Amino acid sequence: MSDPSSRHVVQIGPFHPLLEEPVGFSLTVEGERVVAIDARMDYIHKGLERLAQERTYDMVPILLERICGICSVTHSVCFCNAVEDLLGVEIPPRAAYIRTIIGELERLHSHLLWVGLAGHFIGYNTVFMWAWKYREPVCDAFEMLTGHRQNSALPLVGGVRRDLPVEYFPVVRKTLDELEGQTERLTAAVLDDPVLAARLKGVGVLSAEAALDYGVVGPTARASGLATDVRRDEPYAAYAELDWKVVTQDGGDVFSKAVVRLLEILESIRILRQCLDRLPAGAINLGTLHVPRGEGIGRYEAPRGEDIHYVRSNGTNMPERLKVRAPSYVNIPSFRSSCLGAPMADVMITLAACDPCYSCTERSLVLRDAAGARLLATPGLIEASRQKTFELARALGHAPDLELDPA
Amino acid sequence: MDRLGEWLFFYLVFPGATFAVALGLAMSWLDRKVTALVQWRTGPAPGQPFWDVVKLLGKEVVVPEQSWAAGFLALPFVGFAAATLAGTLTWHAALGLPGGALGDLVLVLYLLAVPSLALILGAAASGSPLGAVGSSRDMKLVLGYELPLVIALLVAVFQRRTVDGQVMAAATSSLEGLVRFQDAAGAVLYRPSGVLALLVAVVCCHAKLGFVPFDQAEADTEIAEGALIEYSGPPLALLKLTQAVQLATLPVLLVTVFWGGVETTPVGLAAFAAKVLLVLVTFVLVKNTNPRVRIDQALRFFWGPVTGIAVVALVLARMGW
Repeated sequence: MSDPSSRHVVQIGPFHPLLEEPVGFSLTVEGERVVAIDARMDYIHKGLERLAQERTYDMVPILLERICGICSVTHSVCFCNAVEDLLGVEIPPRAAYIRTIIGELERLHSHLLWVGLAGHFIGYNTVFMWAWKYREPVCDAFEMLTGHRQNSALPLVGGVRRDLPVEYFPVVRKTLDELEGQTERLTAAVLDDPVLAARLKGVGVLSAEAALDYGVVGPTARASGLATDVRRDEPYAAYAELDWKVVTQDGGDVFSKAVVRLLEILESIRILRQCLDRLPAGAINLGTLHVPRGEGIGRYEAPRGEDIHYVRSNGTNMPERLKVRAPSYVNIPSFRSSCLGAPMADVMITLAACDPCYSCTERSLVLRDAAGARLLATPGLIEASRQKTFELARALGHAPDLELDPA
Repeated sequence: MDRLGEWLFFYLVFPGATFAVALGLAMSWLDRKVTALVQWRTGPAPGQPFWDVVKLLGKEVVVPEQSWAAGFLALPFVGFAAATLAGTLTWHAALGLPGGALGDLVLVLYLLAVPSLALILGAAASGSPLGAVGSSRDMKLVLGYELPLVIALLVAVFQRRTVDGQVMAAATSSLEGLVRFQDAAGAVLYRPSGVLALLVAVVCCHAKLGFVPFDQAEADTEIAEGALIEYSGPPLALLKLTQAVQLATLPVLLVTVFWGGVETTPVGLAAFAAKVLLVLVTFVLVKNTNPRVRIDQALRFFWGPVTGIAVVALVLARMGW
């Protein structure tokens, strides 16, 4: 059966209907069966870590909201956690609750987004449209509370920047009530649908051992029976005071991952209700803080799993070094365990099942020749880019507006 | 010469190419509109499928370097011509148009298989790996649904009943003959065998139309339109028109074979339109309440339960049920 001559490579990406971001998967297939996968993630490296090192501690959280289109609260709060770890301070209780509220609203809309996309990937566009329809009021609630449906600009080292408008809480509660009913119906429909079960059960199984080996995090790990959750294991914000549980499933397949996310939506709604009821009075931040020399680690349970930020300070008002490790960075490679040998149709949904996010996972790529020498490193790329601009300008008959480096 | 003119009119104007394309585009609008309503969207304006085709006709034709260009470009025409002929014969029989019995069930079945074959060969000729995957999936799907579809249609041919002590048998594969038999003895659908056979035939035609859950050949999120991937401009427009003509033909074929022809009275025409719309809306609703299945699951489904039910229906029909 494994006749190498019948193999060909199917290229998924960097632009493909399966992907909302540019990433390249090369699937080597024999007929429909995928025998090898290679991934390339270097299309949209934004250099945000470097940019963060040129901004003050007040400005960095706002910048880091732009790491990902979905996890904006995640990265900004995770950075604050890291700096607060360096400082050794506790934020005021009201700020902790506000961070929890915006964080859980983000988890709600992120999970609904995935449910919709997963439906789309297996051709179930009705689920796609319905899940996204349910997601809209959550984004509206986020906008009512923060002024924007994705980027709140709220997190601040030592607390939050602005208070939440309590007059909108009844609307948010109503949104949660409606979403709870909708999610329960959607979950029941998913659990009962025989065609969905045929399509998703036993597909892309990631065993608990493999999950540990790859160090996967978040719903990807919890669907393989590993009860890991930073919110419980190392509570930040207000999670230690709230009543909620870590959702796990034992299947390790795509179906389990869907169920984990759907049930987590219900848990998030519970957390949000408690936060809205118990929001304590008091200050919302610690005022101006001086960040001394030192280093700190921040952990945060993003919708996709554990996010880690490392911050090193040299005593100035800007971080000397920021290192971001987003959850997709450890989740994506697990496809080597869950995809190989599967038919192509299953590989597509399995690749999407860890809810991969590429903009936070991107690393710059260095091409080396066979001898190991760098073909194009940063200075070379800049030079090549200048050369191209110069040639384009000349071809168009413009005077080039930049001088070529004589060297 | 008169006969030739008449046939050309049938083929090119009514109920052939012009009518079939117009009706097919209207039905594909209905498909898109109902889909949109199910999905909480507004949906396109009635003219949208038409303008989509017009837009494609004005686009550049890109022929991949590694393709077999002649086949790649000619096959969409072959598919369109065959689908139109199948539509002409079906509508001719359904409406009882003059010119004698033209349509035969076996002929129509062959003609309806041609667009799929044209697409399979065209995709293979494109030389694209994704096209090749789409092509092989379409081939497997055709192997899956053709057998149960033939058996289901045979149920109509083998209908036998006793009316006023007289045994009546359809015993004809001519579409006109089947319509006449049902006029005299009642629709095939009103018998247990007919219900089962129509069920099987609807599922098979669903796959023939390439609707979810049987859109593996085009699966946009897997193989990026697969079989269609290299087509652009007018050839792609032609493939879309072929799809539209099939959409205007298959529900009518099912209604004609299992539910009788049209009485050319206002009430008869309205009843016929309602039946066709019912079949069409069934397609659209099934399409929107299911995920795409894997190609091996589709094959197992067609060769297992679907063929099984078709055989049961055929046995019931032979027993006079």
